[in-house]
Amino acid sequence: MLIEHNIVVIGGGPAGMAAAVAAFDGGEKDVIIIDREDETGGVLRQCIHNGFGLHKFGCELTGPEYAEIYRNKISERGIKLYCNTTVVSIDNSKTVVAQNRDGILKIKAKAIILAMGCRERSRGALNICGTRPAGIYSAGAAQRLINCYGLRVGERAVILGSGDIGLIMARRLTLQGIKVEAVCEIMPYSGGLVRNITQCLDDFGIPLYLKTTVSKIHGSKRLEGVTIAQVDDNNKAITDTERYIPCDTLLLSVGLIPENELSNMAGVELDALTGGAVVDQNRQTTVDGIFACGNALHVHDLVDYVSDEAEIAGRNAAQYCLRDGSFSTDAICITKGKNIKYVVPQRVDLRQKDNLAIYLRVDKPLGRALFTVKTEKEIIAKKLQIRAVPGEMIKIDINKNQIERVGSNIEISAEALN
Amino acid sequence: MRYDIVIIGAGIIGAMTARRLAMQKRSICVLEKESDVACGASKANSGIVHGGFDPEPGTLKARLNAEGIGKLYKAAKQLNVPIKNNGSLVCSFDESEDGKILELFERAKKNGIMGVSIIDKNKIKELEPNISDNVRIALYAPAAGIVCPYELTIAAMGNAMDNGVDLKLGFEVSSIKKEEGGFVVSSTDGKRVIAGVVINCAGVRSGKISELAGAETIDIMPRAGEYMVLDKSEGVKTTRTIFQAPGKEGKGILVTPTVDGNLLIGPTASLVDEANGKDTTEGGLNAVMRYSQKSVPCIDYRKVITSFSGIRASEKNGDFIIEESANVQGFINVAAIDSPGLTCCVSIADMVAETVNNIAGEAPINTRFNCIREDTHAFRKMNDEQKDAYIKEHPDYGEMVCRCEHITKGEIIRAIVTNPQTYDVDGIKRRVRAGMGRCQGGFCGHSVMRIIAQVRKCRMEDVTKDGADAKMVKGRV
Repeated sequence: MLIEHNIVVIGGGPAGMAAAVAAFDGGEKDVIIIDREDETGGVLRQCIHNGFGLHKFGCELTGPEYAEIYRNKISERGIKLYCNTTVVSIDNSKTVVAQNRDGILKIKAKAIILAMGCRERSRGALNICGTRPAGIYSAGAAQRLINCYGLRVGERAVILGSGDIGLIMARRLTLQGIKVEAVCEIMPYSGGLVRNITQCLDDFGIPLYLKTTVSKIHGSKRLEGVTIAQVDDNNKAITDTERYIPCDTLLLSVGLIPENELSNMAGVELDALTGGAVVDQNRQTTVDGIFACGNALHVHDLVDYVSDEAEIAGRNAAQYCLRDGSFSTDAICITKGKNIKYVVPQRVDLRQKDNLAIYLRVDKPLGRALFTVKTEKEIIAKKLQIRAVPGEMIKIDINKNQIERVGSNIEISAEALN
Repeated sequence: MRYDIVIIGAGIIGAMTARRLAMQKRSICVLEKESDVACGASKANSGIVHGGFDPEPGTLKARLNAEGIGKLYKAAKQLNVPIKNNGSLVCSFDESEDGKILELFERAKKNGIMGVSIIDKNKIKELEPNISDNVRIALYAPAAGIVCPYELTIAAMGNAMDNGVDLKLGFEVSSIKKEEGGFVVSSTDGKRVIAGVVINCAGVRSGKISELAGAETIDIMPRAGEYMVLDKSEGVKTTRTIFQAPGKEGKGILVTPTVDGNLLIGPTASLVDEANGKDTTEGGLNAVMRYSQKSVPCIDYRKVITSFSGIRASEKNGDFIIEESANVQGFINVAAIDSPGLTCCVSIADMVAETVNNIAGEAPINTRFNCIREDTHAFRKMNDEQKDAYIKEHPDYGEMVCRCEHITKGEIIRAIVTNPQTYDVDGIKRRVRAGMGRCQGGFCGHSVMRIIAQVRKCRMEDVTKDGADAKMVKGRV
């Protein structure tokens, strides 16, 4: 069955929902959302803790509550949802092939918004040695089993990785009476939000071991224990620091990877630094009419920022459709300089005369830091940040007048201040 | 229960042998100590159809390899198991290795292997552009191929069962006694079967089984081989299987695409005791990376999705042992089946069938034997129109469960109920690849558990990973 829709949003998580709403409000009423789960909301549905929406709505919401706000906006607007529907391919002519219990769906779109989210890095990607027993879960998978199914993943756990999901799960397991023996982090600092370390570990007396990893997994059927060890400067386990911890559960919170298998199919250029698409400030990718936002574009720490970014993508996708595809992909580049891990957007369409917001992460904790935005000739913006850490995304605004004058590539760098 | 034939071990050799013997009118039972078939060496090896140039001329390995290649391609086709004749290259990367390549070429001729040739660097680079610039010459074996070893085992056992063979899982043999009516084979938990003929296909435990029967001493020295599997994005780095010249460190690390499109690198080779053979080690995985780089420098190791270790049942003399015991009549050892055992599985089964006929006399042909196993991958091979029509008839096939490998609920339910049945999460993974992709079950694990619970009519908390002791979760919160 071939049908046509002007905008197809792939993914009904926070990014997809906000993008669809913004596209609709931007004047393009023919927008649909495709989601593989039985309802929209994405990962928010299993995030039953609070802390969502502080920036966006000025109050602390749980994940499902945050999702509910957007779900209502979608139904108020009558935006069509295809749930329980999985997109299996897209191409650069913007034909979307999806599948559900009714059959195969082919949709011809004018614009596509990629909002597939991200996945968790698995044990295999870490090359942890040992056996392969039951009881090893990514933190998000365990979160789903506990919060959506009411299943007890184990009795005694070690958590590897101090990303936000790992920290949240340390608290969640503890509240459920599952003993969390340790959270191990291979880096000398946690990648999670400071508030999560305080509220999820410190408040419960759960130890966080920095520069420590799980070096071996034990147990033939169900996990019986792990060996943890401190690491040297090359992240190699130091043998004489090895210590055995009996446990039946190991949760991994060791990084998130933007999901871009569909983007690849359409020939969208990806940024090796973010794992997501290369985009301009409109969140348009290198393929005309394909936009990207949310964790599929780069991994965010706060859902509030996901919504903001998705609104940019949605608004511009609507503009793209209304102007009947007149956007050009000519642009200058924004590149990362010293102490910067990545920047988004990577390109700027100079014909756009709006203020420019650049999002970035630093590649190590800098403390108080000064950010400098410069062209080959001059510095065009500076920003002082009280605390710059890799776990927290930083936003730098650049005035439209500055942008207008700039004709060449921009580089952003950061300097730690004492 | 009395059977004409009892086979101990449901690896590829046990499964293929069962299938072969079912072509004649006989009652057959396969005993397996694990909760599924293919739980030993058959689930964790290179998955290579070897070209036949490697075994020492005059050995059983040499003969059965030469005979086995064509037989394996044919059987895989009947069983609808993906098999790919991609060819293999054994390469030298250093002048000192050239002689070894030429030696293999001579060996191939002695083993009666047709079609192999020595090719030069230009030709090698033309065939495999990603191979290291240090490559010098290679032995090219166009008949070589790749196949998924556990899928082949599952399909062979499934087809055997469809043709009347019984499979008893969780049957760990603890004694074999020859009595008047035949062999009494008992399990650790007190189950027993009676057999006219017992065939020992117990892999790394074949020495132990032979001992239980009072037959010859077989000194199995388990060797572990560690491997890494990379994302499908890396599966295109080579078309053929790339071997290194065999040296003092064994056959060397191979780099090969798999039939499913991933890249497989490995194995190491280290002597282990049976208990530790399934552990991966830091040294082992590092060696896999270091040596695979020698063949194909552009492998992106950040794309590793999983690693594993498999045990091979090696024996000091280096050849297969396939014979009736001299001191226990009716007891057949099929032991020491290490590489190229997978390639030889059909020719070994044929040889065992001959041995059985010599012992028990020819049995009449089983005229109802159907050598074809229905294609369990039929859905994924369909085009969009065919899929659409199929989903309209079978809506479960519209429900995507494993997003990485594109596996539907319909395919998972089918795998659960098709011979050999499984209720294990790992069993599902090995049958339909749900959870085998880049997220390693992170997304679909809960759905697979839910579907198993639905079909089995049990609670989700009762679902296991691989056998009763491997509960996925521990009750409810």
